[in-house]
Amino acid sequence: MYVAVKGGDAAIAAAHAWLAEQRRGDKALPELSAAQLQEQLGLAVDRVMAEGSCHDRELAALAIKQARGDLIEAAFLLRAYRNTLTRFPAAEPVDTGAMRVRRRISATYKDMPGGQVLGPTFDYTHRLLDFALLAEGEAPLAPEEAEATGAPMPRVSEILAQEGLMRREPPGDGAPPPDLTRDPLPFPAPRALRLQSLARGDEGFLLGLGYSTQRGYGNAHPFVAELRMGEVEVLITPPELGFPISLGEITVTECQMVNQFAGRADTPPQFTRGYGLSLGHSERKAMAMALVDRALMARDLGEEVTAPAQDQEFVLLHADNVEATGFVEHLKLPHHVDFQSELEKLRSIRARWEAARDGVPEAAE
Amino acid sequence: MAVLARATEAEIEAALAGAPPLPPHRRVRGPEVGLTMLRGRAGGDGEAFNLSEATVARCTVALEDGTLGHGWRLGRRKRAAEWAAVLDALLQDEARRDAWLAQVVMPLAEAQRAAAARDARRAAATEVRFATLAAMR
Repeated sequence: MYVAVKGGDAAIAAAHAWLAEQRRGDKALPELSAAQLQEQLGLAVDRVMAEGSCHDRELAALAIKQARGDLIEAAFLLRAYRNTLTRFPAAEPVDTGAMRVRRRISATYKDMPGGQVLGPTFDYTHRLLDFALLAEGEAPLAPEEAEATGAPMPRVSEILAQEGLMRREPPGDGAPPPDLTRDPLPFPAPRALRLQSLARGDEGFLLGLGYSTQRGYGNAHPFVAELRMGEVEVLITPPELGFPISLGEITVTECQMVNQFAGRADTPPQFTRGYGLSLGHSERKAMAMALVDRALMARDLGEEVTAPAQDQEFVLLHADNVEATGFVEHLKLPHHVDFQSELEKLRSIRARWEAARDGVPEAAE
Repeated sequence: MAVLARATEAEIEAALAGAPPLPPHRRVRGPEVGLTMLRGRAGGDGEAFNLSEATVARCTVALEDGTLGHGWRLGRRKRAAEWAAVLDALLQDEARRDAWLAQVVMPLAEAQRAAAARDARRAAATEVRFATLAAMR
């Protein structure tokens, strides 16, 4: 508990003015615009949108500028802004099968319909600092094929499903999915709520948990059946029209992570899928989400729950970095009265301990 | 309407600059900004789940003859939502439909088609062509 403290107004105003000056940095250098951040630090923008749980590239870029590049602070700003807006009807689920694909790879099949398309990737770079970027210059133009094949890109998971070796996803009953922004998380949490929570979860937290499942905490042997990134259309059915219309396109990254399942009396041995879907181009997030989604299925599949990544309450209640930072950082606020009572308690315990040590009989009550 | 939703506000403004002025209209609702919930499906094809919210601008207008038009788009560009609403109303009029399509919508659609085709050609340039022994012979 902390108590309201008066008297810091002038200090706070001065601190914030200094913060604003620090944010601007050396005035001999040109100021960054939110539009530049949006274009040139696009992956940071994507991460802030995902963790701020609000798709708006311009606002995410503004938040990054305001937060001086502190991405969790930026997600916090975006989350707070989002709370000021009214809610329109929800959109239809995006169809990632109809994605305009810029990147699509599979680690399980070399040749599959549509092929392996690397797209704009950091993979296979040598991770050497490129000193050319310190100098000003034009970026090279990406090469183009004369003709795109336009071959369809069916989901890799579907290839296995047709053979009966992949667990099919239950289609759902068409009812609106539960929403953790409206109701508190119940436990055990249904898959739809787990996926919503993971989609806005902290990338670093999910990455560590996903990594733990690979290292033996949860017995996972995952393969990337497919990773795809590109543009999907967002459809909405406004009540005044009664039929779906397009709201435009968004970029998303999708990961289908395949894992073996031993089967049980009513289910043959087969592959199961962990699923990751995230806003923008964010492969690490989509992969980590897919690993943790699969780990969290343990309970549904009757697997033994032994590892942190399989523990729904542990994962879902700690994945949100806005909540986590709020609770951790509130410790900085004045706790003067709380601490005074702790101090007095400790002094009295200490006095009794010393008296006992020195053999002084305790004063009569 | 999908074409107008995908176009940026600046692109619509430029397309409108080359067309006759939009007719007078009355705002029935908005333009206003709110949120929609984006959704995905577990496994890509399973049950729906909530992915993230997104900002949306929407507007409803009425032309002088009473025709209603609706504009909805991702983002917070209210002017673009209003233009889309007016165009939606205009495109319902069979007599004027083709002219507005030709002057505003088709050029935007063509630019979007060209941009998508360029992305597809770039993606094709990054497609891996495995050199197998059979292919090398």
